[in-house]
Amino acid sequence: MTLWEIDIYPAEGQPDRLGNTVTGDAADLDLAKDLAVSAARGFLVQGDIDETQANQLARELFADGVVERTVVARAGDARLSEPPNGKPQLLHVMLKPGVMDPVAQSALNAIADFGLKVDAVRTFRKFWLPETSAETVATLSSRILANDSIEQVVVGPLQLDRLQLGAPYQFELVHVAILNLDDEGLTRLSREGQLYLTLVEMQTIQKYFRDLGRDPTDAELESIAQTWSEHCSHKTLAGRIAYRDENGEQRFENMLKETIFAATQQIRRDLGDDDWCVSVFEDNAGIVRFDDEYNVVFKVETHNHPSALEPYGGANTGIGGVIRDPMGTGLGAKPICNTDVFCFAPPDISTSDLPPGVLHPRRVMKGVVSGVRDYGNRMGIPTVNGAIYFDERYLGNPLVYCGNVGLIPRNKSRKEVKAGDWIVSVGGRTGRDGIHGATFSSAELTSESESLSGGAVQIGNAITEKMVLDVIMQARDRGLYSAITDCGAGGFSSAVGEMGEKTGAEVWLDKAPLKYDGLSYTEIWISEAQERMVLSVPPANWDEFESLCRSEGVEASIIGKFVETGRLQLKYNDNVVADLPMALLHDGRPPIVRDAIYAAPATKPLNLPAPGSLDLNDTLKKILGSLNVASKEWVIRQYDHEVQGGSAIKPLVGVENDGPGDAAVVRPVLNSYRGIAVSCGMNPRYGDFDTYHMAASAIDEAMRNCVAVGADPSRISILDNFCWGYTDRPETLGSLVRAALACRDLAIAFGTPFISGKDSLNNEFSYEGETGKQTISIPPSLLISAMGQVEDVRKCVTMDLKEAGNTLYIVGLTNNELGGSHFAFVEQLEGGEVPKVNTDIAKQTFAAIHQAIQTGCLRSCHDLSEGGLAVAVAEMAFAGGMGASISLAKVPRNAGDVADLSLLFSESNSRFVCEVPAGKQAEFEQLMSGVPHAALGEVNESKRVSITGQTGDSLIDGSIAELKEAWQSPLRW
Amino acid sequence: MPTPRVLILRAPGTNCDLESAYAFELAGGKADSVHINQLLETPSLPSQYQILCLPGGFSYGDDISAGRILGNQIRHHLQETLVEFKSAGKLILGICNGFQILIRSGILLADDEQGEPATLTWNASGKFEDRWVKLSVDGHKSVFLNGIESMYLPVAHAEGKFVTRSTALLDHLKAEGQLALRYKSLHQSNGHVPYPDNPNGSLADVAGVCDETGRVFGLMPHPERFVDPTQHPRWTREGLQECGDGLLMFQNAVRYFAN
Repeated sequence: MTLWEIDIYPAEGQPDRLGNTVTGDAADLDLAKDLAVSAARGFLVQGDIDETQANQLARELFADGVVERTVVARAGDARLSEPPNGKPQLLHVMLKPGVMDPVAQSALNAIADFGLKVDAVRTFRKFWLPETSAETVATLSSRILANDSIEQVVVGPLQLDRLQLGAPYQFELVHVAILNLDDEGLTRLSREGQLYLTLVEMQTIQKYFRDLGRDPTDAELESIAQTWSEHCSHKTLAGRIAYRDENGEQRFENMLKETIFAATQQIRRDLGDDDWCVSVFEDNAGIVRFDDEYNVVFKVETHNHPSALEPYGGANTGIGGVIRDPMGTGLGAKPICNTDVFCFAPPDISTSDLPPGVLHPRRVMKGVVSGVRDYGNRMGIPTVNGAIYFDERYLGNPLVYCGNVGLIPRNKSRKEVKAGDWIVSVGGRTGRDGIHGATFSSAELTSESESLSGGAVQIGNAITEKMVLDVIMQARDRGLYSAITDCGAGGFSSAVGEMGEKTGAEVWLDKAPLKYDGLSYTEIWISEAQERMVLSVPPANWDEFESLCRSEGVEASIIGKFVETGRLQLKYNDNVVADLPMALLHDGRPPIVRDAIYAAPATKPLNLPAPGSLDLNDTLKKILGSLNVASKEWVIRQYDHEVQGGSAIKPLVGVENDGPGDAAVVRPVLNSYRGIAVSCGMNPRYGDFDTYHMAASAIDEAMRNCVAVGADPSRISILDNFCWGYTDRPETLGSLVRAALACRDLAIAFGTPFISGKDSLNNEFSYEGETGKQTISIPPSLLISAMGQVEDVRKCVTMDLKEAGNTLYIVGLTNNELGGSHFAFVEQLEGGEVPKVNTDIAKQTFAAIHQAIQTGCLRSCHDLSEGGLAVAVAEMAFAGGMGASISLAKVPRNAGDVADLSLLFSESNSRFVCEVPAGKQAEFEQLMSGVPHAALGEVNESKRVSITGQTGDSLIDGSIAELKEAWQSPLRW
Repeated sequence: MPTPRVLILRAPGTNCDLESAYAFELAGGKADSVHINQLLETPSLPSQYQILCLPGGFSYGDDISAGRILGNQIRHHLQETLVEFKSAGKLILGICNGFQILIRSGILLADDEQGEPATLTWNASGKFEDRWVKLSVDGHKSVFLNGIESMYLPVAHAEGKFVTRSTALLDHLKAEGQLALRYKSLHQSNGHVPYPDNPNGSLADVAGVCDETGRVFGLMPHPERFVDPTQHPRWTREGLQECGDGLLMFQNAVRYFAN
């Protein structure tokens, strides 16, 4: 048995990609200028191989001989620590034992294909730095080179003689003494055991076991904690809430059910026979009708806390996890596109201003984008929609929303577990990864979280999930199983607990395939190891199912049986390690009772600067260059947005393929022109004024984005994702309930059903500051994701201006609504009115725009959002490479004076700018007769955007080149 | 005209198999998707097919390097099968990851004494990028490019920079017409194709390479992503073309067996 180290350096004259990245990152974070770094990637290979064989592997497997050179030696050999280019300081970064290492796993199999015998492989990165202080090395290590939650840094040569492979597990049944604990003891057990249950919940558990006259086993206690966690049961929002606002008090028995679910139910009732919802708020994703053959499913989740600690792994497993939702919906949907929305602190913050335990937002952003990119691209799912919002309050607690749309045959949209079916685990093996992820995500982050919750942070392996998808689709079509769900938060405990809720389940934990030895039965039960699905397979189909899986190298194992007992019984080698009634898990949790108060913040008028006091060209460029508005091309291009071949409208549009499209459209069925449009709406800045109008605006924005490209407004379904601060505070919960009320009202008014949703509470970050404990709470962050349907994608329009001579119209009302606007933000103005939604006008406007698109009246169409009319027209112009000249004189408005500045920059909802060719003007005006609209001006060849005010003064006159540069440069990384 | 049968080879991580099969069928072929394990069990399988397509994706995660693990599997177990396939006058197409696999397996360019004579390595930009590129065809060698002068297609890869071990090899391939597909500048330029028109920094702006027979062809751009007019990024400006540029390549392959 020999341990070989293979170092792979760029060959002479080839770029040092890894080293250059470190140099760039060190400069970006102001840690070091022009830091000279040499880097290698490396492999440790342990097995019965000699030097010739090790060299063969280096040459034929690990390195690319055209552009790379290798150093191969036994681990510890002096040749491995000879500095290249005279840089003496050597560092190694390697994954901590037990962290998923997909490359090492693939390498093991690839070596076996050479007919060689090795028993372990590990990967690492090797860095050579100039002579530097230990302090600098430590700073570089923690800020750039490694992430302590998953990686370890070894300074100097690697002194290893063998790779650890885990020790065997000795069974021992563990009971947790709970019967005699007082309240303080219960609270401590909840916290120290990372159960994160409330005292009332702990008391309920205690009472249950006192009645039985025994203590619970650890597996029983964990099962209850996982099932009752906020993450799995959404107990706060589905709980009893007494809510008070300016209209008095309302009491909810189940807040979500009585607001958002209720709205959907009413919409479905009103639609009667035309109801196109199929399954809402029951399965892993919402399901609606698509065409005669297929339904579509949609789900968006968040992965905030893991992404705060390890951005790459957190986002990676975030997208990997949400893809498993459609895969685990009905009998399994095929994922057809992804959407990803992120919230970060501004990336230009100084490293020295970071609170302890916080990663630099630039590093967070790069890591999150890479994590989503690598998983989505490898799965072969186009990432077609997204947004990024920046706000200082996301510093310690960034938000990562990942969503997926799936396509499923209509007759495969229902599942039913049958007693007598095998419980089958398919896909990845179970390891120690992600233990306590469900309970951790329900807790508040602190500067200590990194050390406390390392186990909750994971890396995904997209190819394992792709392999699972490939076999699941075939098994589904052959009818080999009766139900399927994903292993997400809570692992087997949640998946089996949910599937067996109506029947009962007996689980044999020793049968679960493990990544390495040493896992206890409880660890197996609650591990959140990725890429696993749980299926209910009738015994008669097992052989065929198993052989299908084996033919593609996918591991499938029977780990238990669904039984008609109504109980959850866990065994480990015939020892019963847990035995609980399903009813206790699913109905035994005492209701959470919360107070919620909403008091509107005092309003104050926004004092507009005197006319002429601002250089409005400059203002416009500042808004275009503000991070929320600025081009996200750097991110979008790293996502494969065209795989699967159905891309009809891309996220980037226009004459140079780089303008900001409103929504992307895909054709999921290649021989059909029916399409799916995906868009989103969010504006945390409005939440500082009124979360009702924030939510209403987000819904309006998501809808109008979809409508602007050609989606049918009567066939849009939406999702809610609430990310909020600490909802035990009545004011924080109050602001959330108020947003939920808006969701209910707007959904009903638009006839637009919510079909699924998710919440993530307690998004706060605490640390010890100079003046004691400091807490940063995120702003109320409601993401609305919309899935629209397009009858024929060949009628879609994009937002780029097309042809000189066409007339530009505005549709919708513009009001004095600069509160929370980007104009106020860049000019540092406070107060004002936040945009509201007039649902009657909005609904008619959406329908009219849709008609205009269907009848071919529009050459381009763009919704008005951040930055208002001025930004929309500028974006349309530079995306199209055309000029535009418009006047504000006729812009439709409510009665009363509206200043030029408001007409330019107000973010009033439900508005569009439309480009109409001369021959279509009469038809367009006819279609718009019921809604506010006006001709503003025309498209021209000038390559300038010119806007004149109500009295004819020139307000803005800028070249599209300079406007585009202002928009592109901030995030051109 | 007989309907040629197309074997779409997929492996763990292949993800452009369905749309590649669709493109061949649109062109008049009959495509079957075959898993690598099935081929390893039955190496005689390709004898029933006229066209072998290695579609895009991330075979085995592109772990270690793009196309390496599947490329080695072919070297270790399927070399004979594919040489036979090739010498029977049949066609092999590698798209994106498929091109990487063809290069790694030695099927496209024969090894020299140091191993593979050329590689597809990390983009000069250092990152994965999805963007559309203008392409021009150099010479008449590749069967797949018959009658095509230029194409507009998307690339989507991280490791697509074509590099040869020696300048001599590059010159030789060029002289033989094997550097069949090149990135082209969108704007006037004096021979040099700058980023992003050459999206990855390939030597000689190489986007696709064929073997000495012209019947084995690998390219980084994705022809299967432009077989329908609505896939063009600017169809809403420029109108719908009659068919996508990429479809012609699949039609060429199918028509090759009509004669």
